[in-house]
This record gives sequence, structure tokens and C-alpha cells, in this order.
Amino acid sequence: MVRERQVSQGARRAREFDAFVAGAAGRLLHAATLLTAEAPDDNPRARRLLTLSLAHTYACWDRLRGEDPYDRARQYLASRFARGAWHQYGGLGRARPHPDSPLGALAPQERLIVVLRLYEGVAEEQAAALLGLPTERVRTICERATARLLHPPRSAAPKVAGAKVAPS
Amino acid sequence: MNRPEREAAVRRIMEGTPPQVPPELYADVVRRGGRMLRRRRTARRLMWLLLCAAVVAFTVWALMVHPWVEPPSETTPPLTGW
Repeated sequence: MVRERQVSQGARRAREFDAFVAGAAGRLLHAATLLTAEAPDDNPRARRLLTLSLAHTYACWDRLRGEDPYDRARQYLASRFARGAWHQYGGLGRARPHPDSPLGALAPQERLIVVLRLYEGVAEEQAAALLGLPTERVRTICERATARLLHPPRSAAPKVAGAKVAPS
Repeated sequence: MNRPEREAAVRRIMEGTPPQVPPELYADVVRRGGRMLRRRRTARRLMWLLLCAAVVAFTVWALMVHPWVEPPSETTPPLTGW
């Protein structure tokens, strides 16, 4: 009887998780692609981030206790990206933003804050707590990144061209 | 342009074309997540096993050695011949 209950619990859990993935994967993948600054149709790093964060959510599905699973997945995604961006900052050219990406002009941390604050609509205090930064700093970075996105500096074009020439 | 307008403009920039979710994603996630769960369960079991083994070993040692009994004195000679 215990075994039966376990099986039915497992089936319900699989159903719930399936519904969650169907609803959340698209939005989370879009956020991840914005974070990694990859093209929408070629985003291996964003897919990897998404797979890892959803697997993490799956593993702690039974211990959520009423917490929003989407929130949990987003939190894990953001912290994982923050850690990865710290380690491979500017490294090996594979982290270089794709020209098609809307946030390609920003640094990884700026992308993270803009995506959390504006795309996902996370409150300033929550984003600051998640990243371990003071709230004022989050606000400053967000405003600076917004200004840079809306009024791109003119010197950006030659810098990008120079970076492209360098590896050859 | 005030702050809400700027934020709305950035939101519009970001909306763009949403990427396609790969069809194998769900299976991949469940495989990885299941592996994480299994690994955690194994680690937890191993910890309990270790704890039980430690408790048993301590009990057996305590029953054999009786560490709460005061050991006989080794410096004072036994008091005899009163």
C-alpha cells in the first residue's frame, strides 16, 4: 500500500512538474538568452542554464512547501549565471555577445540586473538581496544600463570592430 | 523621457523574438533532476548508516571499558594490616 501511494504521488508530481515546465520554460529560456546575449536560434549556454535550473527545481519539488517554483528556478538561474559570469568574464571569446542580442552592449552584471528588474519585474530589494549588492547600487546600475541601451555611445562601433579583428 | 517611459522602452527592446524551447528539454531536465535526487538520497542514507555504526561502536566500547567506573589508584599502596 505504501508502494502504491508512492507511485501515485510520483505520477502526480510528474504531472505537476510537466505543467510547470510547459508554462515556464519559454519565458525562462527567453530570460536566459537575454542574459547570455546569444542569438535566439543559437543559444547553447542559455539552454544549459535553463536545463540546470529546471533540474534543480525538479530536485527540490517536494520541499517547496508552497513557495513559487518559478521564483525558485529564476533565483537559481540568476545566481548560476552570476557565478559563471564571474568565472569566465571575457574569457576565451565564447562569452562574447552576439550582435543580434538586444543586450549585447552591456556587461554581464548589467544584463543580469536589467533582466531581473525590467524583464522579470523583480523588486529592487529582492534583486539586491539575490545578488548580494546594496539596493542603491542596483538602482544605479539599472539606470546606467537603461541609458546605455536607449542612447548607445558612438564610440561603441569601432571598439566592436577592433575586437573582431584581434583574434585572427 | 522619464523613468517609467525609459523602462517601458527597454522592455520593448527585450521582448524581441522569443527563442524556441527545444523539444528534448523536459526529458533532459527530468533525467538530470532525477540523478540529483538519487545522489542526495544515497548521500543521506550513507550518513545515517555512518551515524548508526558510530553509535553501535560507542555503545560496545562503553560496555566493554566501563569508562564511568573510577579506576583503581596506582599511586597509593592498598591499605592493609589495620
